[in-house]
Amino acid sequence: MTLHTRSLAALALGLTAREFSSVELTQHFLDRIAASNGALNAFLTVTAERALSDAKRADALLAKNQGGALTGIPIAHKDIFCTDGIQTTCASKMLKGFVAPYDAAVVERLTAAGTVLLGKTNMDEFAMGSSNETSHFGPVKNPWDLAKVPGGSSGGSAAVVAARLAPAATGTDTGGSIRQPAALTGISGIKPTYGRVSRYGMIAFASSLDQAGIMAASAEDCAALLAPMAGFDARDSTSVERAVPDYVAGLQQSLKGLKIGILKEFFAEGLEAHTGARVQAAIEEYRRLGAEIVEVSCPNLPLSVPTYYVVAPAEASSNLSRFDGVRFGYRCENPRDLLDLYKRSRGEGFGSEVKRRIMTGTYVLSAGYYDAYYLKAQKVRSLITDDFKRAFSQVDVLLGPTAPGPAFAIGDKVDDPVTMYLNDIYTIGANLAGLPAMSIPCGFVNELPVGLQLIGPHFSESQLLAVAHGYQQVTDFHSRVPAAYA
Amino acid sequence: MSEFITPAGWEVVIGLEIHAQLATRSKIFSGSATAYGAMPNTQASLVDLGYPGTLPVLNQEAVRMAVKFGLATGSRVADRSVFARKNYFYPDLPKGYQISQYEKPIVEKGSIDVLQEDGITKRVGITRAHLEEDAGKSMHEGLENASGIDLNRAGTPLLEIVSEPDMRSAREAVAYLKKIHTLVRYLEICDGNMQEGSFRCDANVSVRRIGAERLGTRCEIKNVNSFRYVEKAIHYEVIRQIDVLESGGKIIQETRLYDAAKDETRSMRSKEEANDYRYFPDPDLLPVVLDEAFITSVRATLPELPDEKAARFMASYGLSAYDAALLTASRDVAAFYEAVVAAAKPDAGLAKLAANWVMGDFSAFLNRDGLELSAAKVSTSGLAGLLDRLSDQTISGKIAKEVFELMWAEGLSADAVIEAKGWRQITDTRAIEAAIDAVIAANPEQLADYRSGKDKLFGFFVGQAMKATQGKANPAQLNELLKSKLASH
Amino acid sequence: MSLTRKDVEGIAHLARLQMTEAELAAYPESLSKILTLVDQLNAVPTGVIEPMAHPLEGEIQRLRPDGVTETDAHRKYQANAPQVASGLYVVPRVIE
Repeated sequence: MTLHTRSLAALALGLTAREFSSVELTQHFLDRIAASNGALNAFLTVTAERALSDAKRADALLAKNQGGALTGIPIAHKDIFCTDGIQTTCASKMLKGFVAPYDAAVVERLTAAGTVLLGKTNMDEFAMGSSNETSHFGPVKNPWDLAKVPGGSSGGSAAVVAARLAPAATGTDTGGSIRQPAALTGISGIKPTYGRVSRYGMIAFASSLDQAGIMAASAEDCAALLAPMAGFDARDSTSVERAVPDYVAGLQQSLKGLKIGILKEFFAEGLEAHTGARVQAAIEEYRRLGAEIVEVSCPNLPLSVPTYYVVAPAEASSNLSRFDGVRFGYRCENPRDLLDLYKRSRGEGFGSEVKRRIMTGTYVLSAGYYDAYYLKAQKVRSLITDDFKRAFSQVDVLLGPTAPGPAFAIGDKVDDPVTMYLNDIYTIGANLAGLPAMSIPCGFVNELPVGLQLIGPHFSESQLLAVAHGYQQVTDFHSRVPAAYA
Repeated sequence: MSEFITPAGWEVVIGLEIHAQLATRSKIFSGSATAYGAMPNTQASLVDLGYPGTLPVLNQEAVRMAVKFGLATGSRVADRSVFARKNYFYPDLPKGYQISQYEKPIVEKGSIDVLQEDGITKRVGITRAHLEEDAGKSMHEGLENASGIDLNRAGTPLLEIVSEPDMRSAREAVAYLKKIHTLVRYLEICDGNMQEGSFRCDANVSVRRIGAERLGTRCEIKNVNSFRYVEKAIHYEVIRQIDVLESGGKIIQETRLYDAAKDETRSMRSKEEANDYRYFPDPDLLPVVLDEAFITSVRATLPELPDEKAARFMASYGLSAYDAALLTASRDVAAFYEAVVAAAKPDAGLAKLAANWVMGDFSAFLNRDGLELSAAKVSTSGLAGLLDRLSDQTISGKIAKEVFELMWAEGLSADAVIEAKGWRQITDTRAIEAAIDAVIAANPEQLADYRSGKDKLFGFFVGQAMKATQGKANPAQLNELLKSKLASH
Repeated sequence: MSLTRKDVEGIAHLARLQMTEAELAAYPESLSKILTLVDQLNAVPTGVIEPMAHPLEGEIQRLRPDGVTETDAHRKYQANAPQVASGLYVVPRVIE
């Protein structure tokens, strides 16, 4: 058995049993990255030196039997998390060469847990995109078909895990940015409840929607990494003070008698037929596992895309105002005056999708439009949240597709933002309501993976992971690797 | 000061926006120090610099201070207030937005009573007071066509206190401003230092013809950093607006800068462009929810307020409203005064005497030497010692001033000065009579003139007799004895 | 809702974004499409509905004790700055 297809638990076992060292494991992944990253463009920065020194430190701990479950496990971070001393770009020209003087909470915690940093992954610029085509550093390719997108915005992390260039990678999810790329690359990804994982050091896109999560081959691997990431952080006012359950132990919860809700709205027009069929098959699998399947409705859910495209750009337009060419980031050449400095630094530093969203957000907040757009969207957000609340009074978990179809071709949707935005139609609701949600692979259409989405009530990560794990105990979609990377 | 009289037929309407820097140790949303005068950007943390990924966390003390102000002004303290983002680009504003409170401020609908110089008390409404973060500073010296940005001040907590447009003259506006200044220092929520910018004021000024119902178009005057300048700036602006209107012009709503050197206001072109601040609730901060227990705990820390103290001074010390208001304008001065009264020997006129001394020579000496009260050269017990010697007539009021000067200069007690200088007042009737007799004997001509009706010569005799006693004779006794001697001879 | 080129120029100014000729030509259409998508919200009755600013109801702002926890690190922080002089961030002259 090759190292890169083992589960995290198996890797940890191998490390503690001295079957291989962390340095060997790390080198194995660095070699795979060296061989494949050129074609995939999934890593923006490979931190080979740092990785090997992290690994050495881990080996020293392991030698003294002081290692934990993640000591010596290599991972990658999405390039949206600030890393002290290592470039953090958000895949933008604006932050090319930017070296954060501090570590994000997520980085800090996973480093403290003993993980080894392989590098920083490519993404849509400032996490704005669903295909990874908005990256200033070029699109990421889908390991299942290099002509296809890996999804976005955490497309680099998804491709890295799908091609087994790292056992796991962090991601962020504002409107589906973990789940949709996980679905399109055939891996597992979890977006926790809003407030579960600290946002400190994660470059903000839309503050009331952003949440960090983890992407890995299986739900079991996600559980192992989510545990140290989650928990209260006094530096983030929206972080929730609440105990973190043992997610790994929680995987064993039985699915017998579990009430699964099938969201009517997720199976309406727009869902590609074969994708729908794979999802239906997964539902049947759950029925066999002893779950009760109930149809439920969230009538306002179809409004989530328009709601999101008011709320997210509004917050983004404000969050991205700090990039002004003064204290950090890109500054234009020879500004004539202050206004010129602002306009050209921002105009030249941001890519066109980022600018489009800043423009949208600026417009919906501007005088005379605030009530009609922003306030209205905040009210509809309440309606959508109430719909979910009602649904969860009837069922334990909601189930549906993650994306309307499998990965699409690079270049296919770049010219029409609205068509691109509709790719997030099933994922956005969970962000608006702050709910935890997962995507796990549930089959293939035309040799491209299809994702199954699970959404739970607030702070039900443990149950979501167990529901996903139960399925993965009786299926093997999650362990399939594209032939070229097997 | 006749120059500040409003031209006939016009009414002036003024509202003030006061920015009081709250006296917290750390900033409102970060753990950086707020101390004034540090080297540039050495007190600007990642949060203050708006570094990507950083987030604000609210300082509890800033909230307590805002609540304190609300309770002291009889305002409604909101059980739920919300921080919003005010979006605009400016180099001293690192995030491109200021975190402030917009729709739901922490303090609303209060008032404060202001005693005017004419003795009439005026109630000024406080529309709201909200928490926000201060911006940094732009420096222009030593840089060619460039400015340097220092973000040490960025993130310092501010309480913005917005009044109703209740003031009708520059005088009233300054009286209100002084009252708020007194209050924030009483509450120990702001050091009130106007030079360092800890207490700043913007004035919204408009004029209208007397009897007009609608308010005139207002201008906002920024950058006024002393009470005197506030008065001058408003006055200038009032005259300017009336001139414009009387010559058929229209007032443009704009922000104007007061230039103290030229004593004029001028339009701030940089801020002229229509602002669209795109306020929305800050998603990085949650609603500030204050329960009854929190508010009660803040209420327990309220000191005796200026108005309460002034009322007590009138009742217990028999002071006039004016004296009481003056003495209580500063909590330290009021405490000093009370300590002097407590240390001195009880006497019928003591409270008034002490008030006159504290507000008179004592304050004058502090001002002359530019000293804070805490650095005064005469202590409360020292001043009480001097008052004792006045009460028991050891010295006269005139001598007392000289004694005080020496006490201040040499750091001696009143008794030590009186002893060393031999200034003990002569109250021995026989000694005074002897001096008077000698003077009368030596001046027969003047005596004759006096007796023939030249009453004015009485002063001559007083002067001579005082001279003979080296100024130490008790003046009242001397007067009385002299009168009877001049008559009886 | 459809936006004109002039609208786009106005918004771009408010957002301090320099637009290329190509962007000015393309944005009116793409932004109008987005606004048309968003206009669906107008049909939703939301009379008494409370606007939702945060996904977690009932969570309230935590208050931090007033203590100085930061020390001077301006050299490190200014390593990312395009231009500094004497510890100050340098920008074209600010005119007041």
